[in-house]
Amino acid sequence: MSNLFPVKLEGALVRRAGTTLVGPLNLELQANGVTVVLGPNGAGKTSLLRMMHGIARLGGGRIDWACSPEEARVSQAFVFQQPIMMRRSVLDNIAYPLRLSGLSRVKAKVVAAQAAADVGLGDMLDRPAPFLSGGERQKLALARALVTKPKLLFLDEPCASLDGRATREIEEILNRAAGHGTRLIMSTHDMGQARRLATEVLFLLNGNVYEHSSAEAFFGGASTAKAQAFLNGDIVE
Amino acid sequence: MEIWAGITEAFWLLITLDADLVEITLRSLYVTLTALLIASAIALPLGALLAVRRFRARRLTIAVLNALMGLPPVVVGLIVYVMLSRSGPFGVLGLLFTPTAMIIAQVIIIVPLIVSIAHQALRELWSDYHDLLISMNTTQTQRIQALLWDGRRALLTASLAGFGRAIGEVGAIMVVGGNIDHHTRVLTTAIALETGKGEFALALGLGFVLIAMAIAVNLAIHVISRTERGGRW
Repeated sequence: MSNLFPVKLEGALVRRAGTTLVGPLNLELQANGVTVVLGPNGAGKTSLLRMMHGIARLGGGRIDWACSPEEARVSQAFVFQQPIMMRRSVLDNIAYPLRLSGLSRVKAKVVAAQAAADVGLGDMLDRPAPFLSGGERQKLALARALVTKPKLLFLDEPCASLDGRATREIEEILNRAAGHGTRLIMSTHDMGQARRLATEVLFLLNGNVYEHSSAEAFFGGASTAKAQAFLNGDIVE
Repeated sequence: MEIWAGITEAFWLLITLDADLVEITLRSLYVTLTALLIASAIALPLGALLAVRRFRARRLTIAVLNALMGLPPVVVGLIVYVMLSRSGPFGVLGLLFTPTAMIIAQVIIIVPLIVSIAHQALRELWSDYHDLLISMNTTQTQRIQALLWDGRRALLTASLAGFGRAIGEVGAIMVVGGNIDHHTRVLTTAIALETGKGEFALALGLGFVLIAMAIAVNLAIHVISRTERGGRW
């Protein structure tokens, strides 16, 4: 049983077309809790998550997991802001990562059906995934990400453009996952959601970490002026 | 008036289940469906590979394949003829003037077409799936499998386009098959022959049978794929 954490970022950065999207970052994350990445649009929240997950190419620096990079890759999952629906049924979508990990079709479907029920999609297993509503899609994406029991789950604004009820349901699922020991790193725009879920906050601005503190400390009174301005609802740049 | 005579002729040929007609129709189907099966087995994975994989000659490959879609069948026929003729490199196989030679020619003609259409369709699907499948640590083979399975409706269209081109093709199979009665004669070559002889009504009749068969095969494939499940992709 190897652990991913602590993970260390040293000078890690992502570039695209000559501009640096995020970094260089020096950061260390510990094994427990829910890290919420905050910051205005374009601060590099998505790039940070993608970089850590390994789907954005590291333009410099290094990311050191406590285990080998290969092990780290297979024990994480990512939920995208726009959930990607494979053109198959709800059940087959959730079963897909299990099939990839070598589970038989029959077993994968049994596990996937349970996972679907866990997120409240139990009665629409045979529906084609591309025809789901926004909230249902996000729940499907969550079920698909969690079905392999990852140690670490990245979420990129999982509740953007969802209504209150769907948001509440998603947060319940996230709380349950965190309770089962899945480490969550998520970005959000929703300050209320950040307060409800975060145990730790990363405040990003212009691709750099301005503040990295516990949730109580951050929401109690941010130590940098920019973060405080952001908390007050001002436009920061 | 000739059209009318053609329709009547086709009607009689069908009603009486003319033995020659049944024979050449079945041969047409055999040659084209076999060619389609082989071509699809080659072209669909290739189209997916071109969508998934970034390699140096990728653009060139795609450009060449697109250009090859317009490959003149007669030229393909000629090349296959030279290859299979007694003095050619594959002459010992004795395949010239056989249905197998016709299948080979048709495969060469429709592979580029199916690859191009399949690649076009799967490229879009891949841009949807890219992040997810990368995130899930899929191997290249797994990515290709996912694209082929989830893109099957679009791929059906690609294959049907290949069928359409192969079933109506006459230049290449005339050259390599030779239009030999009871051996390599198919609907299209029979039509060419009857037209040459001035038997327009019979030629037209055969033509209508050919059209009807092409439509029937298309419909059949669509029905089969729709009953399969979901039916909306």
